[in-house]
Amino acid sequence: MKEPNLTDYARLYQHFDWQNERTQLAGLPDGKGLNIAHEAVDRHASGNLKNTVALRFIRKNGSTDDYTYGDLKTRTSKFANLLQSLGLEEGDRVFSLLGRVPDLYIAALGSLKFKAVFCPLFSVFGPEPIFQRLSKGDAKVLVTNTAFYEKKIKGLLDRLPALNYILLTDSPQHLDEKVLSLTKLMGEASGEFSIPPTDPEDPALLHFTSGTTGMPKGALHVHQAVLTHYSTGKYVLDFHEGDIFWCTADPGWVTGTSYGIIAPLVNGVTSIVDEEEFDGLRWYSILEKQKVNVWYTAPTAIRRLMRMEIVPKEKYDLSKLRLVLSVGEPLHAGAVIWGQKAFGVPVLDNWWQTETGGIMIANYSSMEVKPGSMGKPLPGIIAAIADVEGQEIKIYDQPGMQGHLVLKKGFPSLFRGYLHEEERYKKCFKGDWYITGDLAKKDADGYFWFIGRADDIIKTSGHMVGPFEVESTLMKHPAVAEAAVIGKPEPSIGELVKAFVVLKEGFEPTDGMQLELIGFARKTMGPAVAPKEITFIDSLPKTKSGKILRRLLKARELGLPEGDLSTLEKS
Amino acid sequence: MTEEEIKKTVFQLLQRIAPETDPSRLMPEENIREALNIDSFDALQFIVAISEKLNVEIPEEDYGKTISLKSLLAYLDKKVNG
Repeated sequence: MKEPNLTDYARLYQHFDWQNERTQLAGLPDGKGLNIAHEAVDRHASGNLKNTVALRFIRKNGSTDDYTYGDLKTRTSKFANLLQSLGLEEGDRVFSLLGRVPDLYIAALGSLKFKAVFCPLFSVFGPEPIFQRLSKGDAKVLVTNTAFYEKKIKGLLDRLPALNYILLTDSPQHLDEKVLSLTKLMGEASGEFSIPPTDPEDPALLHFTSGTTGMPKGALHVHQAVLTHYSTGKYVLDFHEGDIFWCTADPGWVTGTSYGIIAPLVNGVTSIVDEEEFDGLRWYSILEKQKVNVWYTAPTAIRRLMRMEIVPKEKYDLSKLRLVLSVGEPLHAGAVIWGQKAFGVPVLDNWWQTETGGIMIANYSSMEVKPGSMGKPLPGIIAAIADVEGQEIKIYDQPGMQGHLVLKKGFPSLFRGYLHEEERYKKCFKGDWYITGDLAKKDADGYFWFIGRADDIIKTSGHMVGPFEVESTLMKHPAVAEAAVIGKPEPSIGELVKAFVVLKEGFEPTDGMQLELIGFARKTMGPAVAPKEITFIDSLPKTKSGKILRRLLKARELGLPEGDLSTLEKS
Repeated sequence: MTEEEIKKTVFQLLQRIAPETDPSRLMPEENIREALNIDSFDALQFIVAISEKLNVEIPEEDYGKTISLKSLLAYLDKKVNG
């Protein structure tokens, strides 16, 4: 067994210094700054990792497609050059709408090389969430395939005048002046590209996340976030030379970008990407066949695996598997312990969010695991529990207090803004502290324990869904007068999206209407966002100022006490 | 239970999960989840519903055998009719 990179948590936490971490990275030649793509690809391609496999794609049929660091350098340079030939400028935003296929990874890293800002969209989104994000993100280029283009994009083009180009990964020919063949452009582009000077504070990545009010927010990250990717790769994912790593997350969510693309490459290991969705037996055989050493997955998947009768380590050769980690929602103690039996190692939970860009609080293999806890803050990260309601923030010193989980500003991967929404960004901070919106407590040993969200955001299958976004779409249906959306606890995915709907006069609350609305929501928003359950209701509980009391609906749904109703408008 | 009856039940249940689609237009070899835009939660709901409706047990280990209409129907036929 390899000795972990982090052997003495307390000591490292005390002595850690971001400046020192910076010296572990190469930086652009001639002191021209810090660029994620250089750290992830080019510096390895020019060194002894040139012929090492950087990314191994497992296609749906099980065959594989390998890209060495050398291959990646050439491909991503071609992509950067083609952005140049299309007239893009630094800071312009390039989006992708793809499954986990090589072109997505090449577009991401190529965009970073060019210094465009890259934003991957989850391919399961329906047209409406896609439109919201492309429009708010001022997308100039979208990389997608013909099927998604026909089904989800074509109908939006009139509403997206700023979208200059759509690059189709599977079309051999350009369709018109706007819809071009990526293959053809890549074929014509040069494989040599010199990364322009990059300030560590230059924008690099855009990830949309949901808020309680309003439409999704675009959290902007800068190139020096790579320091967090590198450091967490080293200390949490414990990357060692020659490691095979598999992150099961889709790059449409921040985990799939920070840890499915960047962190493993920056650390020079081989990363596995499976194009297929969850399939228990397939996953176990990938772990065995690919000799995976470090596996980063999610509670949703772990709970599915726990349903299976088999003990994987008895049926599969998982002797190479050294570390199993989970993120997305709290991993209950039972799952941590199950990991020990199933894999011979506990499942190590960690916590972070889109805004933090990388892992913030984690369990480490060298530190005692308290099952059910988020663990302790990363070296370089200061986390605390606070009361944020007053003018000034009040940090709780004594253990066991429940409050807001807050992080001290100043670490490299903290988001630098919500695109076009300065006010919303400012609201996330009080003094020197970033308010995460999660509630937690800290025990006497310094371990953090997750309690829940402080707002109405729904966490489903590990991703955030904003109730307002779903409500606004539902209200576009001619039969819907009003809608309120909550997260209903559900054992396999954490919470499911549930809508309460008030129908307009003349419409009947029938089974047919329920199906009609579910179908409408799925068609416009896609299955990842659309409500899974709809209940008809005569009127929505609101405050006297007209704000929907989602909390009350949730309490009623769960049969919990309704709490303080003094602001409730009597209907 | 005939294959036709099983098929009808499958279509009915799929349509409750993805009401905006027409499952009867699925090609035999097509990946059901991709064609009908069904996520993993929906897929699980479908499997639970079909196992209750047909009174058969479908362990998680077998989910890989239910990907296309053809493989799903063959699997269910074997389960129901032996």
